[in-house]
Amino acid sequence: MDHCSAVQKTFSRIRYGSRLLLLLFGLVVAWTNANSVMAETTGFEQIVQSLTTSKFRDKEKAVRELAAVQDKRTMPVLQALLDARLYYRKADKRVVIVERVDGQFRMTDPVTAEELGTVPKRKIKKIGINNKLRKLLKSKLASLSLEGPDPSVRLSAIEQMQGQLDESQYLYIKKLLEQERDDDVRSAMVAALALYELDNGSADQRIKAIEVLSGNLAQVVSNRLQALLEQDDLEKEVRKAAIKALDRINERLKINSIIETTFFGLSLGSVLLLAAIGLAITFGVMGVINMAHGELIMIGAYTTYLVQSVMPNYTDLSLLVAIPAAFLVSAIFGILIERFIIRHLYGRPLETLLATFGVSLILQQLVRTVVSAQNVAVSNPSWMSGSIQINAALSLTYNRLFIFIFAMIVFVALLLILKKTALGLQVRAVSQNRSMAKAMGIRSDWVDAMTFGLGSGVAGIAGVALSQLTNVGPNMGQSYIIDSFMVVVFGGVGNLWGTFVGALSLGVANKFIEPFSGAVLAKILVLVFIIMFIQKYPRGLFPQKGRSAEN
Amino acid sequence: MSYLQQYFQSDRAGNSMLGALLAIAILVPILNLAVPESSVFHVSTYTVTLIGKYLTYALLALAVDLIWGYCGILSLGHGAFFALGGYVMGMYLMRQIGDRGVYGNPELPDFMVFLNWQELPWYWYGFDMFWFAALMVILVPGLLAFVFGWLAFRSRVTGVYLSIITQALTYALMLAFFRNEMGFGGNNGLTDFKDILGYSLQSDYTRAGLFAASALILVLAYLLCRNIVNSKLGRVVVAVRDSEDRTRFLGYRVEYYKLWLFVLSAVLAGIAGALYVPQVGIINPGEFSPLNSIELVIWVAIGGRGTLYGAIAGAILVNLSKTWFTGVLPEGWIFALGAMFVVVTLYLPRGLAGLITRKQAQT
Amino acid sequence: MSMIRRLNVVKFALAGAALSFSALTQAADTIKVGVLHSLSGTMAISETTLKDTVLMMIDEQNKAGGVMGKKLEAVVVDPASNWPLFAEKTRELLAKKKVDVIFGCWTSVSRKSVLPVIEELNGLLFYPVQYEGEESSKNVFYTGAAPNQQAIPAVDYLMNDLGVKRWVLAGTDYVYPRTTNKILEAYLKAKGVKQKDIMINYTPFGHSDWQSIVSDIKKFGSKGKKTAVVSTINGDANVPFYKELGNQGIGSDDIPVVAFSVGEEELSGIDTKPLVGHLAAWNYFQSVDADVNSDFIKAWKKFIKSDKRVTNDPMEATYIGFKMWVKAVEKAGTTDTDAVEAAMIGISVPNLTGGIATMMPNHHLTKPVLIGEIQEDGQFEVVWQTDGTVVGDAWSDFLPGSKDLISDWRAPLTCGNYNVKTGKCSGQNF
Repeated sequence: MDHCSAVQKTFSRIRYGSRLLLLLFGLVVAWTNANSVMAETTGFEQIVQSLTTSKFRDKEKAVRELAAVQDKRTMPVLQALLDARLYYRKADKRVVIVERVDGQFRMTDPVTAEELGTVPKRKIKKIGINNKLRKLLKSKLASLSLEGPDPSVRLSAIEQMQGQLDESQYLYIKKLLEQERDDDVRSAMVAALALYELDNGSADQRIKAIEVLSGNLAQVVSNRLQALLEQDDLEKEVRKAAIKALDRINERLKINSIIETTFFGLSLGSVLLLAAIGLAITFGVMGVINMAHGELIMIGAYTTYLVQSVMPNYTDLSLLVAIPAAFLVSAIFGILIERFIIRHLYGRPLETLLATFGVSLILQQLVRTVVSAQNVAVSNPSWMSGSIQINAALSLTYNRLFIFIFAMIVFVALLLILKKTALGLQVRAVSQNRSMAKAMGIRSDWVDAMTFGLGSGVAGIAGVALSQLTNVGPNMGQSYIIDSFMVVVFGGVGNLWGTFVGALSLGVANKFIEPFSGAVLAKILVLVFIIMFIQKYPRGLFPQKGRSAEN
Repeated sequence: MSYLQQYFQSDRAGNSMLGALLAIAILVPILNLAVPESSVFHVSTYTVTLIGKYLTYALLALAVDLIWGYCGILSLGHGAFFALGGYVMGMYLMRQIGDRGVYGNPELPDFMVFLNWQELPWYWYGFDMFWFAALMVILVPGLLAFVFGWLAFRSRVTGVYLSIITQALTYALMLAFFRNEMGFGGNNGLTDFKDILGYSLQSDYTRAGLFAASALILVLAYLLCRNIVNSKLGRVVVAVRDSEDRTRFLGYRVEYYKLWLFVLSAVLAGIAGALYVPQVGIINPGEFSPLNSIELVIWVAIGGRGTLYGAIAGAILVNLSKTWFTGVLPEGWIFALGAMFVVVTLYLPRGLAGLITRKQAQT
Repeated sequence: MSMIRRLNVVKFALAGAALSFSALTQAADTIKVGVLHSLSGTMAISETTLKDTVLMMIDEQNKAGGVMGKKLEAVVVDPASNWPLFAEKTRELLAKKKVDVIFGCWTSVSRKSVLPVIEELNGLLFYPVQYEGEESSKNVFYTGAAPNQQAIPAVDYLMNDLGVKRWVLAGTDYVYPRTTNKILEAYLKAKGVKQKDIMINYTPFGHSDWQSIVSDIKKFGSKGKKTAVVSTINGDANVPFYKELGNQGIGSDDIPVVAFSVGEEELSGIDTKPLVGHLAAWNYFQSVDADVNSDFIKAWKKFIKSDKRVTNDPMEATYIGFKMWVKAVEKAGTTDTDAVEAAMIGISVPNLTGGIATMMPNHHLTKPVLIGEIQEDGQFEVVWQTDGTVVGDAWSDFLPGSKDLISDWRAPLTCGNYNVKTGKCSGQNF
């Protein structure tokens, strides 16, 4: 009992003492802990805080320091800085990562990940970056994401680093290569390593590296090989191997450039086709010289703009909505022009030219007055941006690719409408012999209106496509009208296939001449070619046959 | 005598126009130079240059009407010949500047000096002499029209095909003249002229002289054109317009008639351009713009194609209303102009001249 | 009957006389300001804004009591982007409408077209756009930048701050890019850049198919040296150019493009996301933080009744020109051309970036040079600027033809192109 109590006493004393001790210990731990956390935090926080400087040189230093700190919080900060989402509060200069929510900015602390509430724009200021900093950020982010989970990120990281490795990075990538599973990333890594060995390895290593690189079309590879050949003290075998590799690369580059130029030409051709095909219907089939055709294209482009401003959050979708909308709007304008003006002028094609020239002036000025004299911004949906990489030296831009496909679809659709539908049959009947068609019970004026509406609607669709390539403004129609007439006449009036072949061949011809002569002379030469061609074949590429062609 | 009488009677509206032209050729310079500025009858220099410009446009319209109205060749590129004539005159005027340019270079025009040209290109030689330039005003557009027409008419390019390739011609020339390598001053063209034949271009007397020259040349061109369309040749030309094949079957070499008329028309357009440049003081590639050529066809249509006086009236009227509209309705004048084109084509298919003949028929 | 008619005639005549009399008195009470900017045609895109700017300035001035107690009256005409029409309209403004000053022109060719007329009739023109220099007329005040106030500082920035070694000089084929590129080429060579590191490319107006050229630039830029594009591409051709750059994957960190003709207004017609980081060199940006600037922006948005409209460099130049003209008229005490011209030299007014603009004896201004990077919202962020202001140089020191020329419109020289070597003053039209 005594013992017991004694023990208890001791215990209690110990407990007391240990409490004290624990307290003390805890304090110490807490202190040291706090100290180390603070040390880390202050380090990180200080660097982050130093980003608020207005001098780009100091910002650059801060970015380098941040990238050197092994900290999980680094990447989000750098990414935010690159995306212009890194701000600081004007009141206390605290750096925050912001997210835009309904015109307000939701702030998060990059150091503590603490939510700091939402503020309006004027309370915070963006931490600006410049071009140089942007490049630095990208390369730092690339090396930070080498071990990331996304293979495409790793790939672009490696590609960023190709040709500029230092020794530590070389060894690091060599290590990473062993665990890498993705084939594309692997070959990029191998190329990056080979490029390093090319400059720094032994003769054997170099030859091996050249072998690895010899099929590689990346520009950096041929630059390096070229630089290698310029070295005077190069071993013979290495030189031989390098020359061979370079020749092979150049050979393939040549083929590439032919493919590329053809693609450029087809793309230009498809733009011409889109612009001209509506005219091929109104001009070719109906015999109306519609000078307002360009303005119908413009109306289509403005419809795209309006659709986009109605649904600002659905840019990707808006273009798909814009296609039928533009068709309808332009078609309605076309039908109005037909009903009120052209209807009175059938059989007098040249007079249609004069009247529609007046219409085109009115439409242009209308847009200037109603919308604005300035160009309007039409944004590209994400699926129209960027390019598809065929190989290291050849990439085709998505917007051009889609517009080419789109032009083909429009062409086929028109062909089907004219060949397979009742309307098409009637259109052809009226265009071949109006009075006979009338006698057969075709409402020729209805057919006229529909045909003109169809041609105008197609012009509207062309406007949607062009809004993705060029300016949307009051003048845009004018720049296409003359080219469109050239294409239709070159192809042969009244023949859709003629327009098709004409547009594509003029486009390709233009692009193949351009590298030798420059853009202006290429265009002049194409025009001279058209003039000469018409002298030789006065009815174009595909002359219309039959009686109606004679008048 | 009776022949003459008959001759003049056949074109009453044209005669009144000739009379009016002769009158202003004499009166306007007098009212400008001799009448003091305070008088109501004074014609300001502004008006003189303005009407002078219209007269050259009228000459151009006459040239277009000659081939379109009478021969059925719709050229959508006639502005090219006008501009070429203008450039030839511009080159002469440029050479007249001599060492009075801003760089004081006696040989090279200013635009060549600051683009580092070392010597005058060969095609600029000779333009320091007026007779040479005057010859070129006729030769350059005429030769181009000859080559172009010879090729086109021989291979029987007609209708819209011809219209579109004339458009291609002027478009190609526009692009070419925009190129600074061409040595014609690129986009700025030729400007800052000092004098013509030794007379300062800024003096009212020179302006009045140019004005009178424009009016007189217009009168002469009018008489020439009327002579042509009333001659046997003119009848064949009209026959070509109305049915080219039938005329050919009758044994006429259609292409020669067309070519002849086309070249003449181009020369007239070139002369118009040469008169235009010293009066407006600048020539630049914008004059080659296909839209300009279309517009000038519209002048003719509005005046009434197929009547020579109609073309002249159309050119003057459209430009007068343009000047007036741009001053009165600077923001909306295009609507008015566009509406005018539409309304005239719809309701006056034969232009203003149609109105007159209709009235004549009624009385 | 006839009596009544006669009476009526007299009445009308009297009324007419009264009308014309009142018109006369009104004319005497106002100072007429001509506005010569294209409101239709291809240049309407840029020039309508400047017309509105002048109208706004006139409006403000009238609210503040006009000039010398007289109201200002705007006389707006439309030269319709037609160069000969510019000359005609100038004559109309000066001879018929009797304006006291003209604010106008955008393109060089329009100014060249106006020049002989304005010199002949001794008018006064304020030209508010950056241009190629090589001109100094007695009757024109150039309130936009000369090449040494835009192009050369921009190249210095690229060379020194971004370490650019290879240069693409891309421009539209007309006088401004040709001259600017000639100057830059000479300047770069003087700095030791080799011919093979300079690529020069010209395209026609409104060029829209940039595939081949952008692909060439890409190849030119991939030779291992830092490459930049110095763009004097004009107006409409820029949108397809930048779109093609973006789509072919040329980012501002690979090959930055510094443009001299792309401002806030041009960007408002472009989706700017792919352009972030590309540069422009101007003497004013809307984003510049200055009280006078925010007042101006506020007034502009109110005047134009739209929150979306932006301000740009030529607007600032118009603003400076207008303020200077008002000051000079008040100093001279008259609107007489010669008196105002003499009074103009040395006049200083605040510019919109917080500094002072002074009219120099060569009729050019002192201006700060700013280099801005395009931001996602279509504005520019200034990344570099000159310490002080730069004096506009009418005659470039880097062109063989003009390096000996100077311009000084004060007595005793009174010459726009005085050749210091030969001591001659040539090409004056008066």
